[in-house]
Amino acid sequence: MDVVSQLQRQFVDYSASLYREGYVDDQFNQLQQLKDESNPDFVVEVATLFFDDSGKLVNKMADALEQPSVDFKLIDSHVHQLKGSSSSVGAARVKNVCITFRNFCEAQNREGCLICLQQVNHECSILKNKLQTLFRLEQQITAAGGSIPMH
Amino acid sequence: MMNSSCNVSSSSKPPHVLAVDDSIVDRKLVETLLKNFSCKVTTAENAMRALEVLGLVDEQQKSLDSTDSKVNLVITDYCMPGMTGYELLKKIKESSVMKEVPVVVMSSENIPTRINECLQEGAKMFVLKPLKPSDVKKLTGHLMIEESQ
Repeated sequence: MDVVSQLQRQFVDYSASLYREGYVDDQFNQLQQLKDESNPDFVVEVATLFFDDSGKLVNKMADALEQPSVDFKLIDSHVHQLKGSSSSVGAARVKNVCITFRNFCEAQNREGCLICLQQVNHECSILKNKLQTLFRLEQQITAAGGSIPMH
Repeated sequence: MMNSSCNVSSSSKPPHVLAVDDSIVDRKLVETLLKNFSCKVTTAENAMRALEVLGLVDEQQKSLDSTDSKVNLVITDYCMPGMTGYELLKKIKESSVMKEVPVVVMSSENIPTRINECLQEGAKMFVLKPLKPSDVKKLTGHLMIEESQ
């Protein structure tokens, strides 16, 4: 197998594992389909925006949870934001943690919120690494003169 | 007052859509989806900014000059801090200048009362997030119908 085919195989396998393991859902595939010659970096751009945004939101939530009097409504609004953006990019695991997180906000359960905050942070980190790996594979394929297999 | 500033004969002018959303990720997504359907896009991060773009703030008067890049459709998120998408919709429909502009409301939450309230207030469509290309295709359909009237 030549280099391009090998890389393409790696890409397909890696991509499939992300879906299979629930890191991303079909919405991510929808984003991949939006890439074209005029917009080749679209998914990378959106992913970058997402991780910047989620980082800021996580910090805001952490601050709010450290206050002597916790404003659960405020935290909930941040979680709602994160849930929305994770849904829009297809970050399925992050989105699912947000659903649980919102329940804890509603119940005004600080402990539960802290656990969810940790989980959300963790899932964002993992996803960031996984997508970096995926994007790197894409770059390697393109650099080797191949085309990126679509679903 | 006639809405359409586009002559049918010179309708190669791309439709101008104003997309309002407080989420930077969603703004990027809706902008790309709309551009893929050949729309010119202006984004706003909140309703106040949207009203500025539409020329509906205080004594701002937007002249219906053909040189103005007139907005042909507004798509707005429902849940936004400050003025909500619903309130923005109402302001647009209450304005004598902008009330004919089609407005589409998006939301991540499927709440029938919310949907009905927006449709009753004159929204052309209510779309559930996350937005997909098929959604955008549908709403550009509304655009074209408006323009040909």
